[in-house]
Amino acid sequence: MARPWESAPGVPFYRDPKYRSIALQIGLCAALGYLAYVAIQTAAENLARSHVASGFGFWNVVAGFDISQTLIAYSPQTSTYGRAFWVGLLNTLVVAALGIVFATILGFTIGVARLSKNFLVERLATCYVELIRNVPLLLQLLFWYNAVLKALPEFAASFVLPGGVLLNNRGLFMPRPLFTEDTYLLAVLALAVLLAVVFNKIAGRSTGFWGAIGVRAAITLLIVVALPVAVFILAGVPVEFDYPQVGRFNVRGGLEVLPEFVALLLGLVVYTAAFIAEVVRAGLMSVSRGQTEAAQALGLTRLQTLRLIVIPQAMRVIIPPLTNQYLNLTKNSSLAVAIGYPDLVQIFTGTVANQTNQPVEVVVITMLVYLSFSLITSLVMNLYNARYALVER
Amino acid sequence: MKQIAQALFAAAVAFVVADSAVAATLDTVKQRGVLNCGSNGQLPGFGLPDSQGNWTGLDVDFCRAIAAAILNDASKVKFVPLTAANRFAALQTGDVDVLARNTTWTLSRDAQGLNPTGINYYDGQGFIVRKALKVNSALELNDAAICVQQGTTTELNLADYFRANRMRLKTVTFATLDEAVKAYETSRCDAFTTDASGLYSTRLKLAKADDHVVLPEIISKEPLAPFVRQGDDQWFDIVKWVHFAMINAEELNVTKANVDEQMKSENPEIRRLLGTENNFGEQLGLTKDWAYRIVKLVGNYGEVFERNVGQGSPLKITRGLNALWTKGGIQYAPPIR
Repeated sequence: MARPWESAPGVPFYRDPKYRSIALQIGLCAALGYLAYVAIQTAAENLARSHVASGFGFWNVVAGFDISQTLIAYSPQTSTYGRAFWVGLLNTLVVAALGIVFATILGFTIGVARLSKNFLVERLATCYVELIRNVPLLLQLLFWYNAVLKALPEFAASFVLPGGVLLNNRGLFMPRPLFTEDTYLLAVLALAVLLAVVFNKIAGRSTGFWGAIGVRAAITLLIVVALPVAVFILAGVPVEFDYPQVGRFNVRGGLEVLPEFVALLLGLVVYTAAFIAEVVRAGLMSVSRGQTEAAQALGLTRLQTLRLIVIPQAMRVIIPPLTNQYLNLTKNSSLAVAIGYPDLVQIFTGTVANQTNQPVEVVVITMLVYLSFSLITSLVMNLYNARYALVER
Repeated sequence: MKQIAQALFAAAVAFVVADSAVAATLDTVKQRGVLNCGSNGQLPGFGLPDSQGNWTGLDVDFCRAIAAAILNDASKVKFVPLTAANRFAALQTGDVDVLARNTTWTLSRDAQGLNPTGINYYDGQGFIVRKALKVNSALELNDAAICVQQGTTTELNLADYFRANRMRLKTVTFATLDEAVKAYETSRCDAFTTDASGLYSTRLKLAKADDHVVLPEIISKEPLAPFVRQGDDQWFDIVKWVHFAMINAEELNVTKANVDEQMKSENPEIRRLLGTENNFGEQLGLTKDWAYRIVKLVGNYGEVFERNVGQGSPLKITRGLNALWTKGGIQYAPPIR
């Protein structure tokens, strides 16, 4: 019996395709490794010769510049470039996360509307997709930024909305709730969510009144919302508000939403939703009509057909390209730089690279960050996909 | 956007072997017959090409003066428009021989492979606001939203100034000057900040220039200097002395118009400057008449100043600190002897 690692009799090893392919792969890896080594060496030499500092020592140096939106404490006087990096990272994450949520909702809605039997709805959805998909995102962002800015009144003529909310071209300013005893409120909320999950598990098995989807949804909502609210009221409403104060030039305090943020979010959501809509439409259309007919023949309602038959099968087609759209959205958020939103790229590869004069290190870090974002998103979506994927035997 | 492209560009150039950085720059320029000059390209008064592609500006004329001294032809300059972000990389890789792009002389820039050659414009950072705000001083800008271009010393000075005066600040940062100005114009910001010289040219670009006012405070020192690479002392000396020659020429009242007459002058200082006595130009590796060429083909410092940013230009900036030391300013050059 021929052993797998031995060539066929009479064939010298250098003519054996197996050995050849192994040798080729080793050669390729070595060449790539050498190329990378040479590139890094050359870069280091060039930097040293032109007296450019290298290394990551700048990470702990005080940044000294201001950032318009900071989700974590940051002050130009004391915070370091490293801190500025985290501020930028969080700003990117928040716009990407919200963008993904809203783009998914809008995208699914439009995708379903594309298949609607209502002529007007179907046409409108088609127009939306065609129009948005075919205009460059950067232009759309500039449009939204200018549309948002131009539409809003100047600071002196701010819209005053009920509840101490102010709106002007500097942003939307809301009272910021300060929970005096927020830890136990969070505990109550967590408990409520847990209760709701347990209830759903148990009720899901029932085929009677408690198992009906409408009833379950209503009770879940009641548990999640009503329980914390009740506890909150019983505790004597332990909350104070930090109201936005009108100063001479600007609003001080409160919760602030920048117009740059709104414009970026709008642009990303509207743009990505058009692609998601097409993905959803393709997914729904991939489920053959016979499935729906068979479900209805079994006596399932329209909603049940959609929920139990069509969507699970459509998801198999939808999820992989949907993942791509999520990745695109995250990466596209770096266009923020055009409209002055302080995302990672704007803060880090813009200001920090420039002030430290260390573009090589900064660009490498930024690339690694986007790579990790994308890999994590892919991982999560792959896990989700594994649940829906066709189980083959 | 651009900013990112530039950061990437800067990162990419690091991987390219740059041989030209090693050879003597003077020989390279003579051999090439053209001086490569890193310029602004967007800043009226300092570096800006017109619709026919003719470059004008204070920094532009400085490069022309170098070309005049070396090649005896002020038009033998190739202007390379650079941005705030990619200017140093372009100089360090040898893409340009000299960087004359309203660049502030700071310690870190001096230490990191660059040599400033002398201050050809004393500038400082200021603010422009809408008149309607009725602000008379930068100290009243507490809480104001301020638009700024990123990647400059401006961004840091702004934070410093507000901190020093215990004022609160809301910065809105943009990648390019034009975007920052546009945001200011749509009243996203109360004020726009950059170097004072830039404020005057920005004001001219605004739709209603008269609705805006430049505040009196100058919040930082911005000594603008041409830069060369470290490691070529001869080239460093030449660029340095081109500037000094222009200042000495103004001090000695040698102008473009009277320079031929002045060649007959008996004044020993003028004779040394114009090369009718001794061989100072040759000591630099140039010709005896190097300074004559500069004044004849470009002009002295005062002429260049007035033509580009002073009374002969739309900017109408007064000499201020940039007047000669004999006239109340601080422009001062070592003697040629």
